[in-house]
This record gives sequence, C-alpha cells and structure tokens, in this order.
Amino acid sequence: MTANNYRHALFCAVVTLIISFPILGLNLEAKGVKITLTGAQTSTYIAIALAAVAVFVFQAFRDSFMGVLGKLPNLNPLAGREPMEQSKRVKLESWILTGIVVFALFWPFLVSRGSVDLATLVLIYIMLALGLNVVVGLAGLLDLGYVAFYAVGAYTFALLSQYTGISFWMALPIGALLAGVTGMILGFPVLRLRGDYLAIVTLGFGEIIRILLNNWTSLTGGPNGIGGIPEPTLFGMEFGRRVKEEGNTSFHETFGIAYSGEHKVIFLYLIALVLAVITALIIRRFMRMPVGRAWEALREDEIAARSLGLSRTAVKLSAFTIGAFFAGFAGTVFASKQGFISPESFVFLESAIILAIVVLGGMGSQLGVILAAIAVTILPELAREFSEYRMLIFGAAMVLMMVWRPQGLLPVRRIQITLKKQE
Amino acid sequence: MLDVQNLSMRFGGLLAVDGVSLDVQEREIVSIIGPNGAGKTTVFNCLSGFYKPTGGKVIFEGKEIQGTPDYKISRRGMVRTFQHVRLFTQMTVVENLLVAQHRHLNTNMLAGLFGTPNYKEREQSALDRAAYWLERVGLLDLANRDAGNLAYGQQRRLEIARCMVTEPKLLMLDEPAAGLNPAETKELNQLIVSLKEDYNVSVVLIEHDMSLVMDISDRINVINQGKPLASGTPEEIRHNDDVIKAYLGEA
Amino acid sequence: MQDLLYFSQQLINGLTIGSAYALIAIGYTMVYGIIGMINFAHGEIYMIGAYTALIAITGLTALGIAWLPLILIVALLCAMLVSSSMGWAVERIAYRPVRGRHRLIPLISAIGMSIFLQNYVHLAQGSRNVGFPALIEGGFNFSADGAFEMSLSYMQITIFVTTLVCMTALSLFISRSRTGRACRAVSQDLGMASLLGIDTNRIISATFIIGAALAAVAGLLLGMYYGSVDPLFGFIAGLKAFTAAVLGGIGSIPGAMLGGLILGVSESMTSGYLSGEYKDVVSFGLLILILLFKPTGLLGKPEVEKI
Repeated sequence: MTANNYRHALFCAVVTLIISFPILGLNLEAKGVKITLTGAQTSTYIAIALAAVAVFVFQAFRDSFMGVLGKLPNLNPLAGREPMEQSKRVKLESWILTGIVVFALFWPFLVSRGSVDLATLVLIYIMLALGLNVVVGLAGLLDLGYVAFYAVGAYTFALLSQYTGISFWMALPIGALLAGVTGMILGFPVLRLRGDYLAIVTLGFGEIIRILLNNWTSLTGGPNGIGGIPEPTLFGMEFGRRVKEEGNTSFHETFGIAYSGEHKVIFLYLIALVLAVITALIIRRFMRMPVGRAWEALREDEIAARSLGLSRTAVKLSAFTIGAFFAGFAGTVFASKQGFISPESFVFLESAIILAIVVLGGMGSQLGVILAAIAVTILPELAREFSEYRMLIFGAAMVLMMVWRPQGLLPVRRIQITLKKQE
Repeated sequence: MLDVQNLSMRFGGLLAVDGVSLDVQEREIVSIIGPNGAGKTTVFNCLSGFYKPTGGKVIFEGKEIQGTPDYKISRRGMVRTFQHVRLFTQMTVVENLLVAQHRHLNTNMLAGLFGTPNYKEREQSALDRAAYWLERVGLLDLANRDAGNLAYGQQRRLEIARCMVTEPKLLMLDEPAAGLNPAETKELNQLIVSLKEDYNVSVVLIEHDMSLVMDISDRINVINQGKPLASGTPEEIRHNDDVIKAYLGEA
Repeated sequence: MQDLLYFSQQLINGLTIGSAYALIAIGYTMVYGIIGMINFAHGEIYMIGAYTALIAITGLTALGIAWLPLILIVALLCAMLVSSSMGWAVERIAYRPVRGRHRLIPLISAIGMSIFLQNYVHLAQGSRNVGFPALIEGGFNFSADGAFEMSLSYMQITIFVTTLVCMTALSLFISRSRTGRACRAVSQDLGMASLLGIDTNRIISATFIIGAALAAVAGLLLGMYYGSVDPLFGFIAGLKAFTAAVLGGIGSIPGAMLGGLILGVSESMTSGYLSGEYKDVVSFGLLILILLFKPTGLLGKPEVEKI
C-alpha cells in the first residue's frame, strides 16, 4: 500500500461525495413561487457516507482485492464443465424456444385479464426487439430512432381506420410495408455515414417524426392523439358486446357463449403471439440466407466485405428496411391493442428501452432477445418499487453490459454447416 | 488483361503515387516491390477502387475502371487481400467463404424465405465450392470454427481461399507472406504458383520477402517514393543498379 | 423599421442561445477530437450543473446572503465542481474500460450513462420542473414608435460576456499551457503521444473535466435564462450542442463556437418567423444535411479512410 494508493482512494471518495451529496442530499422543493431546500432522510446521508467509504476501501486495496479475486476458485458452477457441443447447443435453443411458444399458447386461459394484457405488450416488445436486433445486432447499425417506424405502423392503422374504416387485417401489411418504405427512404441517404453519426442522425429522424405527429394537428390530432381504433376481428366476428360494423357478427353470439371482455384480450394476445413467432421465424431464416450473412459480414469488416463485391448501401438498406418493416408490424398491433395512440408513446425513451433489450439479450441472439424482452417488461410490473428505479437500472445495466459482457447475456451461437468433401 | 497507365494519387499536398504504370497479362505473376512507404498499398487501393486515383488510367479487360466503386471492381473479377488480414472474425470459416460468393447466390429474399429449387441449388454449389477450397488450403476440418480463432498462417490461407471462391480473373495479394515462418512461406509460394498454373488466375503481388518475389514472379515492378524505378524480369531487377541502391542496398 | 427591430430581436435571442450551445458543444468536440467517441451523457452533465447551481443559489439565499455577485460566483463554482467531478467519474466508470473496442460499444455505454444520470436526478429531485430565480433582471429597450420593442437584457449580455471569457480562457489554456499542448498532441495521435511519455489517461480525464466545467457554466446561464430546470433539461440541449459541434466541424474548438452561433440563430429565426414548435425540426434537419453533404463540418479536417 503506497501513499499514492491512499491519495487516489481519498480522491475517489471525495469525488463520490461531491457527485452524490448535493443532488441526493439537498432537495429543491417548490412552495408556491418560492423554492426552498430541504434535507433528505437520514438514511440517504448514511448511504452517501457508506458509498464514499466503500469507494475509499475498494480503491485503497484495489490491487489486493483483484489478487484475491483472481485466486478464488471459479465460482461459476458451469465453468469447469466441457462446453456443450455447438450443434447440441443450437438444438437446445430451438427446444427452449418451442417450449416457450407452446407454453405461451395455453397460458392466457389460466391467468387474469391484466396478465394477458401485459403479456401482449411483452410480445409487442419482442417483435420490436427482434426487428431492431436485425439492424443493431446483425448489421451493426445503431438506430436510435427505431421508434419512428413503430409510430409509422401505429399511425397508419389509426389514420386509415379513421378515414377509410380499414380493418386490422388490411392495416397490418399496409402499416408494415409503409414503415419499411419509410425506413428505406430515410435510410438511403444516411447509410453512408459512419456508425456513431448514423446513430445521431436516426435519433434526429425519430425526434422529427414525433414533433411532426405532435404538431400536424389537423391530420394526427396532435398531442390528443387518435382514438377509436378498431380491434381485430376473427373471420368477421367482433369481440365487443355489440357489433359495431355492419355485416359483422359477434364472437359470443356465434358460439352461443356469454359475453366476456376476456375473449377480446386473449384473442389479441394470440394474434400478437402468432405474429411474434412469425417475426422470429422469418428473421431466423434471414440469418441463414445470403442477406443475413452479408449483414454480419458488413458488421465485422466493412472494407473486406466491399472488397468481396458486397454493396455497402444495398446490404445496409436491406437491414434497415426489414427492421423498420417489423417495427411497423408491431406498431399496428400496438394501435389495435390500445385503441388509442398519441405521440407520447413514441418518445426516444421507447427507442432506448428497445435498444436496452437488444443489448441485454446479446446482440444477434434471438433467444437472448426474447428473454430480455420478457425480463425488461415484466420486472417493473412485478415489483412496484422497482418500476420507479426501472430506467435507472436499465441505464446502469447497459453500461455494465458494455464493460463486462458486450456480447450480451446469451451470445450468438454460430450456425453449423456440414460440408461434403469435394473431389 | 490489366493495364495501368501513369497512375497518380494525391492526398492533400502529398503525392503518394506519381506516374506508376504496369501491365499484367493472362496467367502471369507480377510483383510490386519497393521500400516501406513507397506507395505500394496505395497503388493497390487505387486499383481495387478504395481510392479514386487523382490521375491516370486503369484498364481492366479493355474497360477503364478508375473511379469505379470497389464492390463493382471486385464483381468484375479483380479481388484483393489485405496487408493486415481482414476476416469476418466472429463468423465461421465456411460463412466467410459463403459471404464471398454473395453474387453467385440467389439473393432474392422471397426465394430464400420459401427455399425455391434454384435457391437451394445455388446454395449447395456455393457450399461445394467452399468445401473444395477449404480442402485445397487445408482448412476443411476447421470449417465450423470462428475465423478469428484460427492461427495466423491459417487466417492468411483462408483469406486467399475467400478470394478464390469468387472465381476471380486477377488476384491482388498485399504482402501475403508477412508474419509467416519459412515453411509456411514455402507452402504459400506453391499455392500462388498453382493458382496461376492450375486455375488460370493472374496475380499481382506486393511483397517484402525478396526470395518469394524472385522465385515466383514473371515480372517485377519497383517503385520508390511513389515513382516507378524499374521494371523487368527478376533477373534484370536483380542486376539493376538503381534498385540495388534504393532497395536492396538499404536492407 | 419595425421589421428590422423584430429581426434584430431574433438575432439577439439566437446569438444568446447559440453562445450557450457553443459552451456545451466544446465538451463534445474535445472528447471526440481525442478519443473519437460521442459523449452521449454530456447533456446530462450540463443538466446536473444547472441543478447544482440552483441548489447553491437557493441555499445561499436561505442563509441570508443577498449580494448578487457572491451568489453567482459561489453557484458557478459549485456547479463547475460537481459537473467536472461527474464528468471525471463518468469517464472512469463507463468509458475508460471500453476504450478502443468496436465503435458502438462506447456509444451504447454512453447512452446507458445518459439514461442513468437522467433518472438519478429524477429520483433525487423529482420529475417536475423547478423554477430558477431570475437573478439578473432588466436591460436595454429600443423601440420605434412604441409598437414593437426590441430588448437586450442584462441576462443576455451576461451570457455573451461569460461565453467570450470562457472561450478566450480555453484558447489560451490550449495554446499556452503544458496540459493544453499535451491535449493537442493526444488529439493528433494518441498512440504516438503515449509513446512520447504523455500520460494519455490524465489528458483524457482533463478533457472530460474541462468539457464538464464549461457545460456547468452553460447550465447556470441557461437555467437563469429559461427560468426553470427539469431532469430532461439536458437531453435536447445536448443534442443541439452536438449538432453545433458537428456543424462547426467536430474536433475543432472555433468550429464549436461558430456552429453554436449558427444553430442558435437559425433556431430563433424559425421561432420568430415560422413557429416555435418547429425549431427542433430545423436544428435536426440542419444536422442531417450537414452530415450528408459536409460531414467534416465548416471548420473540420477531412478524415481519410484507413485501410
């Protein structure tokens, strides 16, 4: 322990105090027009002091800590085992995915309406995250305005239903296609840009679209949003108590069962489930196709990819368009689920949450992304106290993931190919 | 088949390449040598379309290609490697070879989604070609490894195989022997000669390793400080006084 | 005459905001110049500066201190101290461990940091905006036949003058001091500088500290100018400042100044002649256009792709 070490430790502890005491310990409170300062609870002060002490101790004995950590037998129980064979792993992943889907099919009939509603939201996030995963995880393009395409899908359905009375099933492909086209148009000029500039420009696009939605009041209703978006129908059967549209029948009357609000919720959930599965399957397929390999090649080494005849613009644009397409998909489902949308639902924070899901899930891995989407959406609902800290924890988790495990909790498994020996 | 006339490249005030000319015939190995910083890699970057040359002409199979985007040049059959190996490190060895065959594959997304016969057929022939070249460079057993986990010499060979699966007419190798041990260099030697002899590929080679260059080159171009210094057969170059002064003498 | 006064008013407003943007933009541009990353959390550092300044002002007033210069100077020092400590800590925790990895990794780490800091302040100080007392009131008014009055407030003058002082001090620091010279060396070639015995880690830390301190100055100034702060205060301002940095040529300090002023003026002109709602659209549009057509900005150096 040199004096230098202690000096550094002391410095770090003082910095800890400086950055935590004024913000945490002195609270501004508005009383009428006057602002007063009030102290925080004693526990906060104790926590600040403890944090400073902890930082001091850690920094002072950093070397010995690290030494001890290095010598400790590896605590991970799996660490000693032989790594599972690649092909087995891939199979296991498929089984887990199939298991989740089968479970998800029957699960809504057993639980409350609120849970099913939440599960639908989870599925929407899964679709969004799978789509963004194509752009960020596979193609390595950081898109911070992803939520804009989600908004395009949702607003397409809302506006078309308001002006033309279009049904969910018609709006679904139109919304997705329109979002894809928007992605292509916005993507074309910007994809030449380097990674970090691209991120900021997409963020700018996202904000521009949100501001337009907010201010083009005559079309979008501005901050008031658009309501009365219809729910999906099943072969012309509506799920409401009364039939709204001429020519449709109602679900409960057709089957001679009592009306229940749950039918609608479960039906929407099942639609979202089917769409999420389709999304996952299509993207899975893409990953094994030339286009998927080209995305990854461009992420790995753009210069080498170009030297082998890949057109940077075409490959990036395809990733951007496909990502946007699935966001549009998710947007249509979201509009239908909520029945009402406003620009409020399409803020940057939403993009950040979807990005957090992709990052936590391991960029590129589908199972990882699905599990992360479930965790990120459900945890705050399970623990109310947690929900307040949700974004704080997401932010911290993103930093920690980048520092310790940038490949995500469940990194990608490469696809194995058997080759025949050529004569 | 390749004819470079009076090529020059200027970066701001620096004239990195100044009036370099060279030509490559069918089935020929032509080397570019010169001291460090002579502008050899810049010449390559101009030929392969990464830089747009500021002067001169590059004619490939009768067409002027200077200023054509890099990926289009590669699609015409002029493919290069890099001084520092550039593999797709997180993809497997086979995947590296499949990416290279992108333009031979059916890239129609719907065809891929539905797995049409044409799509499957082309996918299979790409796999076969990949298998053939992996066998050829001795990497078949490592086909499903991540490319980044290969040993250095293996990465070098994979990079060449990755060029060959594109079925190029002209291969440009940027210091392929850098970092290889003598045994590996010898193997590489044989491989390059065999590319010419057995697969009818012309090769442009940048190399520091004099023994390699002298052994396998049909002709050699020497450049120094961006300017052409001499050109001729290995024998002529070996006895050229300017070259000895500028290059060999220095080493 | 009327029109001219109205135009001048927009110009003054724009230059005021613009010079504050420039102060924030310095942080982006210096960090980018040295380690080539976008410090996404810089807007939050600025927001924390504004909060700290407000806390200090409120505290001093409660203690019965009424002498304005003292309040301002103490508030400024507090804000600079807290912000620079934060800037230093952020670099140590979130950026240094990922330095040199794939470009997206530090950027995602920075986005995480930005979200974290926003919510840190949100949880500690609440999400509602808090009024910032207008300590510097009054100004000069000019009018032609009394219909439209153009005003140049003392607050605006304070912003100009402070920015000017800060920029001059920074330029002197960069060109004259030892650390400043080292900064320039590191931004030219980090690897070479470290071979020559410059402690690059220290220089990078210094860059973050300087950038954060200037952002804190901007926090105090703009807090007073706008009259309130909230935890989201830094997000849009950060984007604007980044736009200013790119506009002027990222990595260039005079560029940041120029970019800030251009951005501020074009924003206030949009507000004045079109609608305030669209001023963000104009600045983002400007950012996109610049990146597309002149990614090196007005005063930036071109970057050659290395193969």
